[in-house]
This record gives sequence, C-alpha cells and structure tokens, in this order.
Amino acid sequence: MTTHPKAETIARYADRHAVLDEVTVWSVEAHLEGCPACRALLAEHLPGPGLDLLARIGTDIDAVVAAAPAPPRWHRFWAVQHRWFVWHLAPWMIMTVAMLGCAVLLQTLVPALPSVVTLLAPVAPLPGVVVAWSRRHDPAWELLATTPAAGLGMLLRRTAAVLAVIVPTLALATSGTGAPLALALLPCLAFTTTTIALGTFIGVHRAAVLLGTAWTLTTLIPAMVTAGEPFLLRPATSPAWAVVTLAVAGVVALRSHHFRGLSSHH
Amino acid sequence: MRIVSAAETAPPTYHWAVHAEGLQVRAGRRYLAVDGLDLALGPGVHGLLGPNGAGKTTLMRALATALAPAGGTLTLLGEQIGARSDLRGIRRDLGYLPQQFGFYPRFTVREFVEYMAWLKEMPGQGVPSAVQRAIDRVGLTAKADARMKTLSGGMLRRAGIAQAIVNDPAVLLLDEPTVGLDPEQRLDFRELLRDLGTDSCVLVSTHLVEDVVAACTDVVMMNEGRVLFQGTTADLIAHGGPGDAGDSPAERGYSALLRRHRAEAAR
Repeated sequence: MTTHPKAETIARYADRHAVLDEVTVWSVEAHLEGCPACRALLAEHLPGPGLDLLARIGTDIDAVVAAAPAPPRWHRFWAVQHRWFVWHLAPWMIMTVAMLGCAVLLQTLVPALPSVVTLLAPVAPLPGVVVAWSRRHDPAWELLATTPAAGLGMLLRRTAAVLAVIVPTLALATSGTGAPLALALLPCLAFTTTTIALGTFIGVHRAAVLLGTAWTLTTLIPAMVTAGEPFLLRPATSPAWAVVTLAVAGVVALRSHHFRGLSSHH
Repeated sequence: MRIVSAAETAPPTYHWAVHAEGLQVRAGRRYLAVDGLDLALGPGVHGLLGPNGAGKTTLMRALATALAPAGGTLTLLGEQIGARSDLRGIRRDLGYLPQQFGFYPRFTVREFVEYMAWLKEMPGQGVPSAVQRAIDRVGLTAKADARMKTLSGGMLRRAGIAQAIVNDPAVLLLDEPTVGLDPEQRLDFRELLRDLGTDSCVLVSTHLVEDVVAACTDVVMMNEGRVLFQGTTADLIAHGGPGDAGDSPAERGYSALLRRHRAEAAR
C-alpha cells in the first residue's frame, strides 16, 4: 500500500484544469484503486455534475436490478438435506447403532459376559469409514477424484461425520452398562486412524476388512467363548491405546498424498 | 459481469498446456493402455480420435489426474504430474467430463454444479453467478432446478459439461461429450467449443469425425496407446483418397490413416 497522497494533490487531481505531471497522476490513480478513504476525499473535490452522474447511474442500476428476475438463492452445502453423504450413510449408521443397542441388551440380560459394548467399540466405526472412501459407494467418484478438494481432508471430514454418530452412541451405551468410557472411545479412535493409515498402503476397504477380521478372531470371539476380560481391554491399557492413536495419526499425516484420488484401492 | 483478477491476466510460464513424453498409463493392474505417448497441446480445441480400445479414455483419465502415470513424463500447465506431486493447484484449473459420470440423483442441476464448484475450491461469492453462467452456456437454464434423476441422457451430458466448465478451466477434458445430444444441441455445443477454445486448451474425445471437423482446430489420432497423427483437420482430409472407406472427406482421411498404420504394424 502506498502512502496517502496529500489532500492538495487529490484536489488538483480532481480539478480538470489544474496541471499535474503524469507520474503523480499514475501514483494517485494506483492509490485510489485500493483506498476508499481517499476516494471519499476525491468525491468531495469533484464538481457537482460528476456526483449527479453517479447518482443517476445508481438509480438506473437499481431500476434494472429491480426489473430483472431475482438471483438464484445460494444454497449452503452445510445444510444437512443437501449433503449426499448424510443420506448415504444413514442405513449404515442405523445398523451400527442397532448393533450397539443389542450389545447393551445382551449385557443387561447376561451380566456374566465381559463388556460387549467395549468389545464392539473398535469395529463399530469401520463400516462408516469404508462407505466414506470407496468407489463402490460414491457414484460420482470419478468427478470427485479429479477435484482439488479430494484428498485426506475429504476423508477426514467424512470420518468425522461417522464418529459424530458413533461416539455419542458409545457414550450412551457405556453409561447404560457401567463400562469405562475411555476403554470404548480410545480403541474406537485407534481403529479408525489405523484403518486410514493402513488404507494408504492397501486401500481403506481392505484395511477395514483386515482390521475387523483380526479383532474378531483374536479378541472378540475368545472373550465371548471364555467369558473372560480380554487383555487388550483392561483399564491399564488405555494409555497404550492413546499412544497408538497418536503414532498412527503421525503415519497418516506423512502419507496423506496417497489419498489424492477417491478409491478403495490405488 | 465478472471481476478479472491479476492472476488470470498474467502471462503463462509454460509453453504447452498439456505436454506428455513417452507417457505410459495403466488401465487396471497390468495392462498399459497408453504406452509411449508423445503429445503437446496448446490453446485451442483438439479432437481426439481413435478406434475403440485405443486408450483414449485412459489418456483422458491420466490428463485429468485421476490416474497416475506409470512411466514417462506428463506436464500440465507447467507442473509435472507424479505420484507424489501436490495436485491441488492444477486441479483448480482443470475441467473434466468422464465418459460415464455418476451423480447424486436427489440433487438438482444447480445443486450438482454448485457442489462441483465448491469441490473445485472456487471463491464462495463467485459461485452462484459462475454456476448460472455455466448452466446458461450449455442451454439448461429451463431445467436448472429439476432433479438430476428426471433428466434425459442428453440433458445429463449437458449438466456434465456445465460442471466441467464452471471454473473456467485452463485445461478442459471432455470424454464423449456429444453422446445423446440431438442435432440442434450438437450445433450449439460446437459453438460453445469454439468459444471455449479461444483461451483454454480443450481436448474432446469422440467417435464422430464430423464433430471434429466442424469444431476442432486440431486433430489427434490415437491407436494402441500411441499418437499416430497430429495435425489440422485439413491435413487429416488430405490423407484420404477417393478409394478409402467413409462418407465424408474427413472420414476417408481417418480410415486411410488407420489402414496405413495397421498395414505398417503388420509388417
């Protein structure tokens, strides 16, 4: 930004009969383009007809605008009903919430079992994450994949939408059964970030299937069969879950360029 | 009326908008659909011709940055495209109409084009007018607030073109844009193409030789993953003789080039 020209210079610029060298005219013009205060000053110095002309143009434009059809209203994309993902995700979320509801019911009916809600918590967000980043589920994937908005940001936004449903549900379910909330939420977050991190290597879909299967085989089924508390879900392990989440989030940040296209495998 | 920013009027720092040297692109896991392609395109409308399976769609996908090159170099607007390059800047200046594009059936045409404009990271205040302009240019003004699922095939195609041109792209890639358009709409579309080609690089893939002759300044012919001819439409016509297959001079030129190329390949 240039320094403001003197009031006297502006007065001479406005006066058509005054002599002003070209260089000063240029610098004043360049300054006026970006400085509303000096333009106001200039307007004061302008002779009457100039102001009249501006006023006339103003009324003319107003008349044209009033006669023309109303401009289209700008829909906000944050409005929920316009978001494709919200509608597409709904059945999956209903299924997950219903599954967690059944877990709570099972817990109350058979108190001898280990906490089914915490056992299901790590795998609960995985279907939603798969839907968020898969060619099969997004009809416009080819269009989306070539836009600048495609990438880790879009995946994280969609994952956040999934977690916005899962996390309150888990909180409700754990408070209903008396299980510790941290042991439901931390594994849930750890599995979500690990799915995304593993997704940069083998694709989000396969990563989710792999992690879900591994969890079911190594922890979920043995815990249900033996009715014992699994080692990975003892209260002492929650700091470890938090550390894993942070470490894996670092991996995701390093490998974020792998998400430049929307795909379940690359 | 649109305010033109200084960045738009700045002279480009690259020679070719699209420049490929020895480009290889995979379709699927193994198959190299584009294999050793050399191509240099400046501003104007370029028609991409070739038989089925020539690699046209794969080339279009690679130029649209949907597929990463498997070998060779690809430079778009002066920026090299690789597996690790940051594509955000280039993608803002790209327009792409895929051969078959999925869409969200509940969206209206305006919402669809607005959503694409938003994904292309256009500045918020300019979006409504840019969307209206794009819809007007493809002749969908009367259908702007109809849902996508109620549109006919030709209208969908035009909605696809509208989303491709909404950001005034420097490189516009249209894969089979005239499929489903009636004769009158095709005439309008050619007019639009000539208009777009004055200051951006437009690549139109098509099977319709007469569209290329009518609207393109330049012809690129592909076969088996390589460019076998690049020149003006007059050059293409000059290749055809009275004995070649085809109903128009350009079609005769097309079939003569293809026949000659196949004969050379068989030897």
